[in-house]
Amino acid sequence: MTGTVIIDSGGANLASLQFAFERLGAEARVSAEAEEIAAAERIVLPGVGSASEAMRRLRAAGLARLLPALSQPVLGICLGMQLLFEHSAEGETECLGILPGTVRRLEPSVARPVPHMGWNRLTTLESDPLLAGLDPQSYFYFVHSYAAPLGEFTLAPVEYGERLSAVVRRGNFCGVQFHPERSAAAGARVLANFLSL
Amino acid sequence: MTLAQRYRDEGADELVFYDITASPQGRSVERSWVRRVARVLDIPFCVAGGIRSVADAESVLNAGAEKVSVNSPALADPGLIDALSRRFGAQCVVVGIDSELTAEGYRAYQFTGDPARTRQSGRDVLQWVREVQERGAGEIVLNCMGSDGVRHGYDIEQLRAVRAVCRVPLVASGGAGAIEHFTAAFREAGVDAALAASVFHNGIIAIAELKGALLAAGIEVRP
Repeated sequence: MTGTVIIDSGGANLASLQFAFERLGAEARVSAEAEEIAAAERIVLPGVGSASEAMRRLRAAGLARLLPALSQPVLGICLGMQLLFEHSAEGETECLGILPGTVRRLEPSVARPVPHMGWNRLTTLESDPLLAGLDPQSYFYFVHSYAAPLGEFTLAPVEYGERLSAVVRRGNFCGVQFHPERSAAAGARVLANFLSL
Repeated sequence: MTLAQRYRDEGADELVFYDITASPQGRSVERSWVRRVARVLDIPFCVAGGIRSVADAESVLNAGAEKVSVNSPALADPGLIDALSRRFGAQCVVVGIDSELTAEGYRAYQFTGDPARTRQSGRDVLQWVREVQERGAGEIVLNCMGSDGVRHGYDIEQLRAVRAVCRVPLVASGGAGAIEHFTAAFREAGVDAALAASVFHNGIIAIAELKGALLAAGIEVRP
């Protein structure tokens, strides 16, 4: 088993994630190779772009079947977290099905523009190693137009008109809707926690 | 670089890098520099300056920027917004608008980074705001040219007019000179964020002090 691998699901902007691990003194490689991913110690599933395009790429690379079978820690970020669910309304896409539920589109209103873009606090934090040492008042940076509902695997909700899943975990599979790599010290703490799972 | 780190340490929530002479000079923002900034910065940052194609945007995003902002190139080729939004998602695509009140109403301007080349695009700003949202913009930065650089306050009336037709995050730009100008933009114009340059660069307003005042005024910000 070697190091941390960031899955190249076709989106741009993997550098900011790599730099975030680098700031923690950890090296993270980018790969779309099933063999390299299966052999990694930890795996990060990022995601910028659309659910349908990301799933198409994961299927084409043979990763849609590999990912749910992994036993090492996996962290989905933003769209990457949404892909852990069964289904996404974005392009009516069948996702990885690791977590139960459907990702829905946020409804814009005057007070709540969509995309939801900005810094928010998490409403509550379950006790979990992924959230260890976090100040409950910490703010995290969110950018998304789709969101996962609350469920039995929600570790922390965020309020944006309604309560949504901000952090989820089922066994080795973790997901965060915010961008830890752009959430200052609090985000770095979440990534550091992931590295010690 | 030093500025970027200083603002991060002082509590800025997002940094926007404008290479304002890129478009008028027909070039695009320096990639190696974006990469150096991305390496040290752990808050979101947006890069603007001469991004004319999906390939231009891709290289800036691959260098570590969070979002790209397009202004003059989008006025020249509005289809650029659709292409960027399809490829990277609306959340990556900011449209900057340089706007000024004319006898015909608010009009959008191009190439404002070079006074000699600045020209009125002929586009009505409120129409343009509607159009860029339909094309897939995820955020709009409205720079009110009439108030830009003079520090007499944001153009609240204009921001309100744009807010009324804007369903994506709206960022106020141009005119910040005092803490109460920020409060007014959030309270009276309902913007989602306020951008300023010179008052921070020149140390006229300290970010921590500004945030304290906004919190005291009941506006939720990250302390």
